[in-house]
Amino acid sequence: MLAKRIIPCLDVKDGQVVKGINFNGLREVGDAVEMGMRYSCDGADELVYLDISATQTGRRTFVDLVERISSVINIPFTVGGGISELDDASRLLDAGADKISVNSAALRNPSLIDRIASKYGSQFVVCAIDAKQVDGRWLCSTHGGSVMTEVELFSWAREAQDRGAGEILFTSMDHDGVKNGYACETYARLAEILSIPVIASGGAGKIEDFRDVLSSGRADAALAASVFHYGEIAVPVLKKALSAYGVPVRCNLEVLLD
Amino acid sequence: MIAIVDYNTGNLRSVENALERLGCEYVLSDEPSVLVAADKLILPGVGNAADAMMQLRERGLVPVIKSLRRPVLGICVGMQIMCRDSEEGGVECMGIFDSHVRRFADDPRAKVPHMGWNSIHNLEGKLFRGFDGGEYVYFVHSYAPDLCPDTIATCTHGERMFSAALKYENFYGTQFHPEKSGDIGSRILRNFVEL
Repeated sequence: MLAKRIIPCLDVKDGQVVKGINFNGLREVGDAVEMGMRYSCDGADELVYLDISATQTGRRTFVDLVERISSVINIPFTVGGGISELDDASRLLDAGADKISVNSAALRNPSLIDRIASKYGSQFVVCAIDAKQVDGRWLCSTHGGSVMTEVELFSWAREAQDRGAGEILFTSMDHDGVKNGYACETYARLAEILSIPVIASGGAGKIEDFRDVLSSGRADAALAASVFHYGEIAVPVLKKALSAYGVPVRCNLEVLLD
Repeated sequence: MIAIVDYNTGNLRSVENALERLGCEYVLSDEPSVLVAADKLILPGVGNAADAMMQLRERGLVPVIKSLRRPVLGICVGMQIMCRDSEEGGVECMGIFDSHVRRFADDPRAKVPHMGWNSIHNLEGKLFRGFDGGEYVYFVHSYAPDLCPDTIATCTHGERMFSAALKYENFYGTQFHPEKSGDIGSRILRNFVEL
């Protein structure tokens, strides 16, 4: 049976992993390659690296970083942040990324998804969506949550799938950083209308939050950052507990028996 | 020396990195003379089976690969094109493994592509030396080979059980990506390298 995936997310600025709260305020938490290796050894199923540096120098540093990650990490990893044209995706693929995620640029110019998917396949394209509830509607935002649009979450997710995205990574801005659980009902609705996998992001605070979004929330994968970075929840402990709750996960027995 | 067949089908980087981590020497090539001289051959593949077959045919590599008597490992689409035929593009393949490659049926409980970690069972032979069955490996695919006498590992997605690995004489194939399957995958690659 296909396992539910646990995905640590690493926001990277100038080679360092940083973590913000509610899309604001940054704090350095460690070296990007070392942290990725540690999560991989701990039994993380995939990694997501997001480049949040806004400068040209930062972008070049990130491509070098992706090369170093791909040479040491033996599980799949997705990279995103600032991908606005096909060439950006090509550079990251050449550097060894297994998947790329597009966000703001795809909302502005949806055909970006078609172009990347037709060149490299749907399995390479993750469409990341940041959205929050405004007057009862889920609306998408761009630029790391700072610019709201009138684009509605469910229709955009559907369009992204139809254009060739292989996965949807939806972050609820209302839940992100609050550590009070994922937006389970919204994920369940996404699962209902989509045929591609959904990655849940935003709100993980305790083990039961993962259980809920992977069971009643019907998400295929759960992504989190701070609970892993600050050691509040260790991946092996999480997987053992999820397994006991009946959630199918990939267990690395050697790690679990430690 | 291991040769990785470089036939313009996607990114070879992760296979290269995996061999480097194992400390293996390798060469990327589509030259028949290089491929024939190698101790072992890896046929990777991402994307479309019909395209991959076309790329192999254009380089005249189909008879070269079929004539090899040293260990050959096809990965993902590289393995699919070693089968009899594939529904993807309705293409006739190399016919090394006696299997038909079929698309997963749409099933709300089993999404297509089959993407992520799934367990492999009914493991046979040296490729899986040291394994008991039930190990998780990483898959990304929408088509898969049916079960056949060459099946040496099975996997189930939704209602369908398919061949996760195949073997015929010196030819091996995995539908999953050993180069992306963590320590389990590294062990499988090492088993291949040590054949």
